[in-house]
Amino acid sequence: MAFVQQSSPHAHHARPTSKVMLWVILAALPGLLAQILFFGWGNLINVVWCIAVALASEAAILKLRSKPVAFFLKDNTAAVTGLLLGLSLPQFAPWWVSAVAVISAIVIAKQLYGGLGSNPFNPAMVGYALVLISFPVAMTTNWAEPALLWDRGPGFGDTLAAIASGQQTVVDGWTMATPLDEYKHKIATHTAAEVLAHPTFGDGVAKGWEWVNAAFLAGGFVLIGLRIITWHIPAAFLGALVVMSLAFGSNADQYAPLLMHLLAGGTMLGAFFIATDPVSAATSHQGKLIYGAGIGALVYLIRSWGNYPDAVAFSVLLMNFAVPFIDHYTPPRTYGHRKARRGITGRGRS
Amino acid sequence: MAQLWDFSGGIHPTEHKQRSTAHAIRAAGIPGLLVLPLQQHIGAPAEPVVAVGDRVLKGQTIADASRGMGVPVHAPTSGTIESIAGYPVPHPSGMTDTCIVLKPDGKDEWCERYPISDYRTLDRNQVLDIIRAAGISGMGGSGFPTDIKLSPPPDCKIHTLVLNGAECEPYITADDMTMREKANEVIAGLTVMAWILDPERCVIGIEDNKPEAAVALRVAIQGAQDTQAAKAAKATKIEIAVIPTKYPSGGEKQLIQVLTGMEVPSGGIPADIGIISQNIGTAAAVARAVFDGTPLIGRIVTVTGEALEKPGNFDALLGTPVDYLLEQAGLQPDLVSRLVLGGPMMGYTLTTTAVPVIKTSNCIIAATAHELPASPPEQACIRCGQCAEVCPMELLPQQLFWHAKADEFEKAEHLNLFDCIECGACSYVCPSSIPLVQYYRYAKGEVRGQRAEQFKADRARERFEARQQRLEREQHEKELRRKERAKAASDAQATKNAAAEKAAVVGGEVIDKRASRSALVEQALARKKASTKKASATQTKTPPTE
Repeated sequence: MAFVQQSSPHAHHARPTSKVMLWVILAALPGLLAQILFFGWGNLINVVWCIAVALASEAAILKLRSKPVAFFLKDNTAAVTGLLLGLSLPQFAPWWVSAVAVISAIVIAKQLYGGLGSNPFNPAMVGYALVLISFPVAMTTNWAEPALLWDRGPGFGDTLAAIASGQQTVVDGWTMATPLDEYKHKIATHTAAEVLAHPTFGDGVAKGWEWVNAAFLAGGFVLIGLRIITWHIPAAFLGALVVMSLAFGSNADQYAPLLMHLLAGGTMLGAFFIATDPVSAATSHQGKLIYGAGIGALVYLIRSWGNYPDAVAFSVLLMNFAVPFIDHYTPPRTYGHRKARRGITGRGRS
Repeated sequence: MAQLWDFSGGIHPTEHKQRSTAHAIRAAGIPGLLVLPLQQHIGAPAEPVVAVGDRVLKGQTIADASRGMGVPVHAPTSGTIESIAGYPVPHPSGMTDTCIVLKPDGKDEWCERYPISDYRTLDRNQVLDIIRAAGISGMGGSGFPTDIKLSPPPDCKIHTLVLNGAECEPYITADDMTMREKANEVIAGLTVMAWILDPERCVIGIEDNKPEAAVALRVAIQGAQDTQAAKAAKATKIEIAVIPTKYPSGGEKQLIQVLTGMEVPSGGIPADIGIISQNIGTAAAVARAVFDGTPLIGRIVTVTGEALEKPGNFDALLGTPVDYLLEQAGLQPDLVSRLVLGGPMMGYTLTTTAVPVIKTSNCIIAATAHELPASPPEQACIRCGQCAEVCPMELLPQQLFWHAKADEFEKAEHLNLFDCIECGACSYVCPSSIPLVQYYRYAKGEVRGQRAEQFKADRARERFEARQQRLEREQHEKELRRKERAKAASDAQATKNAAAEKAAVVGGEVIDKRASRSALVEQALARKKASTKKASATQTKTPPTE
């Protein structure tokens, strides 16, 4: 009898990475559904297209790197990157904008740094920031006008044709400035009441956007409930955003109000699905709180005083830079030690 | 009920305990051969005090620990010593070690025993001697000699004695069954240990998945009034703490945290904070040693796993080969894929069934491939942090893994690598199937190796420097002596000269004497010169032979 020789532990009960990623995809579906309901088929087409490009570019680069293609594709991480970009990009973003975003996310931000687990920056956000800077017109003028799916002009075929053609003129009649964009650019010369009369805001906070954000919030709670993410990053993100808004933005005639920050734009998607990417986030609980709060504060800073209406991508990337620094200074206190050992390899022993 | 604390992290693996608690403890009987390793404990191995061919009686000392830390080994039954040689022993490396092989004669004939009826009439050291002479070492897995553990340094006042009945590892039920069936022994042994240490608090920690064991112990404490031991037990006020089931609550450090809220300082021992913890089986062994005069010659072993038809707990003699026990438990050889000694979280795999049961063997798992499947291939770490969530020591398993993998041992040490208790919770939950504990063992091994190297190098340097210093000192002393001699000589000369001058002044023949002396010297020098010339001339004539 030859017995299996293995080092302990012999029992395992892990949820494999592929399943974790699958749950992330499933938890994002309510948000996608809300997007389809209020902004048409554009997001669905983007998601499918982005996932396809993500898998293809992941496979190609794995092949170039002589890595087992099927083994890595099965972990579903490339699919999640594609999904997140599909959910974030404007509904009528031309196909090549999405493709550039996805390819740079997978090839440059992820694989050139060593593949899964080795990327210091959130791949999806690298892709997003890259196209936002490179194609500012395509990234700001292709947002769909909020309307219920059955009330809107372009059907599935029209949307697909518009995305595939990439012609700006085709979509002009179906698009509208996003609430954050509208507010930011009008508030300097108008009162809050005048700004909010714009149809992009609807009757509530921000037509459609509020439901999309609520759906991503619900999906986020599912992820926390499944212990796929912890509450620390989203709570710190949203908490910092609230604090900043209360501290600086109480005058609605000057800055977007708090609810607009929470329920318009990519706030909930960013807080629960993007900032929580474990690879590029801080690790300890304390570190996660700092990391999340940093993103929330930066989102407010950039939205209020920066040049961009939304800021999740830049904020996440900026805090990604800070992660090694945060990690070095926020280790937990180990059992039996009086205090945590901070720093890199300090000689001080506790 | 006393207050309980929680420890950080932890997991809830499937227990698989019912499989081995369905039946009462079975006596395993006497196998054909008993293989008794000289080292079944931590410390120096015992030395044989019998020779091949000797007949020994049950309970007779066959190996004794005369030097260093250690405990003796006894004959588990009567028989003949067949050999003293190297045999496979239970060890993660699958190594062989010196063992005494005993061929039982089937008579099971006891040697003379000396039960103590009232240990309290003895000195505490005498009772410790009894425990040591009975060969008792920690039976929970550590194998630390019990008498040494019960003699804390004089500056440590022990306020709490913890009896560890948590048994948090899946599968293992040896302590559970011992508590259920031998509760009186457990309580009696605990009472003896409490008498030795005189703590303020005496508490048994049991996970709440073992209600029968807790009941049995309560009955044992409150029950029988008549025996001396029971009275003593009542006087000791033993507390039973039922704690939430969570692995690894039975880790010494975790149990202490759960029961007292205190933490054992890093690198320290529980006695540093006034706590001593002992295992259930150890307590029972102490009771038998004191009240029956019986040394440690057997133990309860859980033999379980899906590859067995009749799993259960066995009262096995030390030295019983694993294959003998597996056979009794109904091994289905075609089904077994992995043999684990210990639990599925911290145990190690066996290469052969020829190894014997020793003092620390609490469980043997004959697992099928379905039950304990091979790990899937390791994937990249996605820094998900599940490992840190479950780490009971509040380490950063993920960072330790990165550093271990990159051979950055200094960084790993900085992140408290050596506080890792290797409980395996991190590996258990890792979504990327990374054998994290293996990486930590590797890093620890490398660091220990480097430390040993460093120690050797330091010693060598010290020796070299000491030698260098000694040589310099000798040189210096030599110099000093020469100078002293020279000085003494010159002094002597000076006095002599002075005396001579004085004499000359007195005698008036100074010049003559000096002239004659220098003439003599010149003559001598000339002779010397001539002889050297001659010698060098002869030397050059002789052809070099070498």
